Amino acid sequence: MSAATTPPPARAARSGGWFTFVFMAPFLLYVSAFLILPTLMLLATAFLGKHGLTLHYVRSLGQGQTVVAFRNSIELSALAAFVGLVIGGLTAYFVLLPGMPRGLRSLVTTFGAVAANFAGVPLAFAFIATLGSLGIITVWLKLIGINLYGSGFTLYSLPGLVLVYAYFQIPLMVIVITPALEALRREWREAAENLGASAWDYWRHVGLPILLPSLLSAYILLFGNAFSAYATPYALTSGIVALVPVAISNVLSGNVMVSQQTGAALALGMIGVMVVVMGIYALIARRVGRWVKR
Amino acid sequence: MTRRGATLIPSLGLGVVGLYFITPLLATGVFSLWEGGDRYGFAAYGALIHQPKLWQSLGLSVRLAIETILVGLVVLVPAVFWLNLRVQRLRPLFDFLSVLPFVVPPIALVAGMTTLYTGPDWFVGTANYLVVPYVILALPYTYRALDVGMRALDLKTLTEASQSLGAGWLTLIFRVVVPNLTTALIGAALLTIAIVMGEFTFANILLFNTFAVYIDYVGQTSATEASALTLLSFLITWLAMLGVLFTGRSGRGQVQIGGAR
Repeated sequence: MSAATTPPPARAARSGGWFTFVFMAPFLLYVSAFLILPTLMLLATAFLGKHGLTLHYVRSLGQGQTVVAFRNSIELSALAAFVGLVIGGLTAYFVLLPGMPRGLRSLVTTFGAVAANFAGVPLAFAFIATLGSLGIITVWLKLIGINLYGSGFTLYSLPGLVLVYAYFQIPLMVIVITPALEALRREWREAAENLGASAWDYWRHVGLPILLPSLLSAYILLFGNAFSAYATPYALTSGIVALVPVAISNVLSGNVMVSQQTGAALALGMIGVMVVVMGIYALIARRVGRWVKR
Repeated sequence: MTRRGATLIPSLGLGVVGLYFITPLLATGVFSLWEGGDRYGFAAYGALIHQPKLWQSLGLSVRLAIETILVGLVVLVPAVFWLNLRVQRLRPLFDFLSVLPFVVPPIALVAGMTTLYTGPDWFVGTANYLVVPYVILALPYTYRALDVGMRALDLKTLTEASQSLGAGWLTLIFRVVVPNLTTALIGAALLTIAIVMGEFTFANILLFNTFAVYIDYVGQTSATEASALTLLSFLITWLAMLGVLFTGRSGRGQVQIGGAR
């Protein structure tokens, strides 16, 4: 069987299987013990009650508060992903335009890599210092007669969270979509223009259809990114907006009187949403492959 | 339309986006200098420097980052090496495992870990335990960086050459493969530092006082000190990412790291 492959050095050929085990085992054991088993444990915990198998805890996901948390999380992620998609996509496109200054591109790339990583607690505090009820911008606007919080705006709400999430979603979008934009050939546009197409015709019939798979997969990546964010909403809203990650952390730290199994069911529900989302991602990524390879 | 006119709207658009990204940083900077009323100064920074807890948490995060890098490399380098040299057919499995951390959100993973591992105390009772999930968190990035690095090497020739000169596997890995991977290894290490220094989910749930947890703790009492720490945290991310960009000559788009924590 193995003779069909290219002839390996004599010494390795004699003991190939044993070496595969020695080289691979640490990694595979590690991932099994600390990623796969804990995930399966959630499955077991969520479905096992005192008297054997039960759907009780999974069914409890349908209860009022939990439904609200899941709806908030999904709404927030969908919106934050959309904002990132549109603004990040346009930013990447503008930066790549021929008339733009040279240094701009590396500036955006570098800053994008930093900003995409600048999430978590520090990001929450940066926005509190800016647009919180005593933030710099809030206070300055008040000085010139604009009362932000009086007019209904608050940072500690779903729209506020979208505004904060955009800070890591936009740069992530720029990083992800730039290769796809670069792959758009200038000749295609010229060909379209020679055939009498307007800019709108070009985008409607050539540009966007080619970009569509990349845009969809980018959207899904951004969705997942926002969906699993925990530190930013935790530090920013401290529970004012019900979100699934914060709900799970409340269960784990014993802040609410619910069973561990309910926490497991919540976490499982989260993984369920991510599996669906990543499944779509994988399907689309396969289609993108057709366009990228060439 | 003239060329100047064609870039007017894009320039305005980029200006607005740029403003959105710069404003919070400037505001945080101004806020960190605020001493109440009309007074501005470095009081917050002065107060922070004398906080032993700051240095303890910062030191802990740095130590955890180094441990995470070491454990991650010890586990991954041999596996990715053998994957590229001999068992290419396992690649789909590795690709699958390396995106799993994206599918299982950190908060869900920590829920699973706390129910699965309740002891022994020397294992789950010290902050070193955090290294375990951190290696998983960094896995997508370290695996990619190493895989890209190994693919660029002609592993087959390197292996045959060193073996025909009498080198064993250990010599081969440590004296031939690893030195050829410096760029990839530095890239993986810097990404890991950026991830671990900002990590909050695991440390907060498992009650260990890392840098991010300390920032959150400070933020509950002093907003100006928290702003100063926010700037410090941004600076650390900035340095790590600059390092990745400058060492990773393989081009843009390599730094595909997801933001949310």
